[in-house]
Amino acid sequence: MSRIGVFVCHCGENIGATVDCAAVAKSCGDLPGVVVSTDYKYMCSDPGQNMIKEAIRDQKLTGVVVAACSPRMHEPTFRRACAEAGLNPFLCEMANLREHCSWVHERTPETTDKAIDLVRVMAEKVRRNRPLYPIKVPVTKTALVLGGGIAGIQAALDIANAGHKVVMVEREPSIGGHMAQLSETFPTLDCSQCILTPRMVEAARHPNITLYTYSELESVEGFIGNFKVRIRKKARSVDEKLCTGCGLCTQKCPNKRIPCEFNAQLGLRSAIYVPFPQAVPNKPVIDRERCTFFLKGKCKVCEKVCPTKAIRYDQQDEIVEHDIGAIVAATGYEVKGTDFFPEYGYGKYKDVITGLQFERLASASGPTQGVMKRPSDGKTPETVVFIACAGSRDPAKGIDYCSKICCMYTAKHAMLYKHKVHSGKAYVFYMDIRAGGKMYEEFVRRAIEEDGVKYVRGRVARIYEEDGQLIVKGADTLLGGEPLEIKADMVVLASAMVASPGAEQLAQTLKVSYDPYYFLSEAHPKLKPVETNTAGIMVAGACQAPKDIPESVAQASAAAAKVAGLFSQSELSREPIIAVVNRSAPPLFSTCVGCFLCESACPYKAIEREEIRGRDGQLIKTVAKINAGVCQGCGTCVALCRSKSIDLQGYTNDQVFAEVMAL
Amino acid sequence: MRLGLYPGCSLLGSSREYAESLRAVAAQLGIEWQDVPDWNCCGASAAHSLNHDLALALPARILAQAEKAGIEELAVPCSACYSRLAITRHELLADEKLRRKIAGIIEMDLECKPKVLNVLEVLTRFTAGGLSDKVRQPFKRKVACYYGCYLVRPHKVLKFDRVEDPQSMDEIMKAVGADPIDWAYKTECCGAGFSVSRTDLVAKLSGKIVDDAVRRGAEAIVVACPMCHVNLDLRRGAIEKHKGRQYSIPVLYISQVVGLALGLDDQALGMHRHIVPVVFSEPREAGCCCAGHGEAAAPVGATEDEH
Repeated sequence: MSRIGVFVCHCGENIGATVDCAAVAKSCGDLPGVVVSTDYKYMCSDPGQNMIKEAIRDQKLTGVVVAACSPRMHEPTFRRACAEAGLNPFLCEMANLREHCSWVHERTPETTDKAIDLVRVMAEKVRRNRPLYPIKVPVTKTALVLGGGIAGIQAALDIANAGHKVVMVEREPSIGGHMAQLSETFPTLDCSQCILTPRMVEAARHPNITLYTYSELESVEGFIGNFKVRIRKKARSVDEKLCTGCGLCTQKCPNKRIPCEFNAQLGLRSAIYVPFPQAVPNKPVIDRERCTFFLKGKCKVCEKVCPTKAIRYDQQDEIVEHDIGAIVAATGYEVKGTDFFPEYGYGKYKDVITGLQFERLASASGPTQGVMKRPSDGKTPETVVFIACAGSRDPAKGIDYCSKICCMYTAKHAMLYKHKVHSGKAYVFYMDIRAGGKMYEEFVRRAIEEDGVKYVRGRVARIYEEDGQLIVKGADTLLGGEPLEIKADMVVLASAMVASPGAEQLAQTLKVSYDPYYFLSEAHPKLKPVETNTAGIMVAGACQAPKDIPESVAQASAAAAKVAGLFSQSELSREPIIAVVNRSAPPLFSTCVGCFLCESACPYKAIEREEIRGRDGQLIKTVAKINAGVCQGCGTCVALCRSKSIDLQGYTNDQVFAEVMAL
Repeated sequence: MRLGLYPGCSLLGSSREYAESLRAVAAQLGIEWQDVPDWNCCGASAAHSLNHDLALALPARILAQAEKAGIEELAVPCSACYSRLAITRHELLADEKLRRKIAGIIEMDLECKPKVLNVLEVLTRFTAGGLSDKVRQPFKRKVACYYGCYLVRPHKVLKFDRVEDPQSMDEIMKAVGADPIDWAYKTECCGAGFSVSRTDLVAKLSGKIVDDAVRRGAEAIVVACPMCHVNLDLRRGAIEKHKGRQYSIPVLYISQVVGLALGLDDQALGMHRHIVPVVFSEPREAGCCCAGHGEAAAPVGATEDEH
């Protein structure tokens, strides 16, 4: 006979203001099998949990229904409370009165009736619940870090320094990411390369880190502690072991007119190239789409000049496999190009550039060696207009969010420009100045007050070219909305920060959720900022949302701490929500008829074949068996099983039918 | 193709040539116009800055009249009328309560069924599939396609073309053999209704448009809005006074250009009604249809200056 306790939570006003919780508790007290039914303001609080624990002990409850928020939110909380009171945690269920009822309805008697229905459904389920026990799985203490930017490097170093193995994958030929492209960093104006490159070297040399550059994640299988990943090492066309990085091949390559990615298309590179002189590893790759030999079958200059004979035209992509316990996604961001802005000339004006391109112009390692020259004719720009929020915070552009770093780097850009061209005029068009951060506001004030950058509050409606200059049409909204026209020599767009190309595909490969802008979603915006909804996969850096270097580094270290915490256990327990094939007494043994429809349907390859043999060793029948370590509890096999021999533990057919019938 | 037509007041007055050329082109393309019976003013430029209900009720009555006449798609050549009708339809469809209120004001059934089309949308239906079989005299000239502000904005309501750099008129022009130039003032304001009260502002704003088109080598400015036409054509005198120089570039309605390419004669297209004579500095290779006009390229200034 069931002895069920129903505990109705007000969730402060969240449920209480819409649903008559006392009426729900009173009504549910009459449900069959229910012996206690009560309501409380905050059931998840300590006194609330104690109410449940006491009821379990005093009333000898055999099942608990907590009518509160989504089980995604607090099921672990209440199940833990039940376990502490000696009740098997899988005998506790949640009725979702918040997301499924109070948040989506008005305060009416019908809403309270619906709440009662939701509780009744769960009470019917709980009556049929059976104690379940967690599945123990081992942990592979190797982490996979995706992305070799500053976030990935930081996460990899922290995990490696904690004594665990790390496999680091970067799709470009060198690690370093966008930070390697930056000139100087706010708010201290220290050189980006000077603080980054030692970290790059440290990561590459670390005994615990295996580095795969020019490589991409091919597939991920398995689950927390037990992932199996396949990594595609793209063919570099260079034998890395033989190559000494002497650079002769890149010097002699006859095709040197390829827009350089590292210089944000402002410079040129050769077909065999190292992205930048400080690259790690300092080994070139051949760009097969541009290499004369690969296009026309003739050339081979690099092979002729290579002193160590390291060139390999016939090299193939290679797939490597690793067993991985946890994954950190740190795949970074991209900035919108100037072609995204029809009103700013959609990329046809050479002197309208993005912030990233300005970084290269201002960088000592850039195409102009840090001398301020505009791209079209190499003249020193006398007037430069910086446009903040280019694309960001603009629903009409499909980017509603704030890119967060632009206010700061625009102030930095204007400052660097003024430092390099003393007579120059710098204008910044802005919507608001968002300089929240240590020493950030002071930095912006310095640009305005000490360096004389003219800040104009207003947006630029249009840019067009006239007689070799750019006419920037905008408005100064602080001075009565006066229209403003500035003749500029160069315009720098603080263009929106967007998810890096392939972010959606990566999210699908990793099976983590993502937002409408393809930024990877954290498990909880406040309390789980580095975990994802998929156990064992963390996020770090700008692949989660726009963020600056200090924040990326902080999040990377946080992700590393989570990984190290996971690796501190020798085995993990998994929820036993898996499918099982029934077994019965002889002569039937199981109702499974061995059709193995389930085998082809299972997306996780969890179905195995089991031979049932008699005492004499004679084969009686072959039935399906589910590998508990691999099964994810999706239920596909349950739906397909023709003889109804498979059931999902915790969600059996019997339980689900009872739920439906209770409505 | 049978389409409803809401001419609006301009097409009966200052832009008669727009109406004439549209009707002439329609006959060639096989469009059968069904005028909205007993139509009224759309309230443009005045009503929506004074009274929200009035601004909705006036276009709503037009929509209701069209609906009653069984019109499914309503072409609205004037950009201002188009904007008012499209916005009204959008607002009323989004707000059931408001729709009932406005229906009560105009005392008519109002389902807002007729879809509102601008002239570019109508013409694109014919040019998208290629119009070459009908084009007898390709309009081989450099043209500045001037969209003005109403045709593509607000994008949220109209969902038509690119807001900052629209292309539909350019595409129509290419289909009739013209060469649309890339210029800076495609969607800038011409001064619109200030034509009467602040001619000085119109001269400044429209002056920039005409100047940029000329500077970038256009031989004609093509418009799809009577208001734009008034400011660029009728106010040419004021523009020239403001700029201190003369401009002979003619301003043609898109329907006139299409009509010329279809081989219609000047008279049928109302070419003689412009203030700035439709004369091109360089003759076109094959029989210029505008040869009938005076040779003097000197523009005729707007005689009735300010106010």
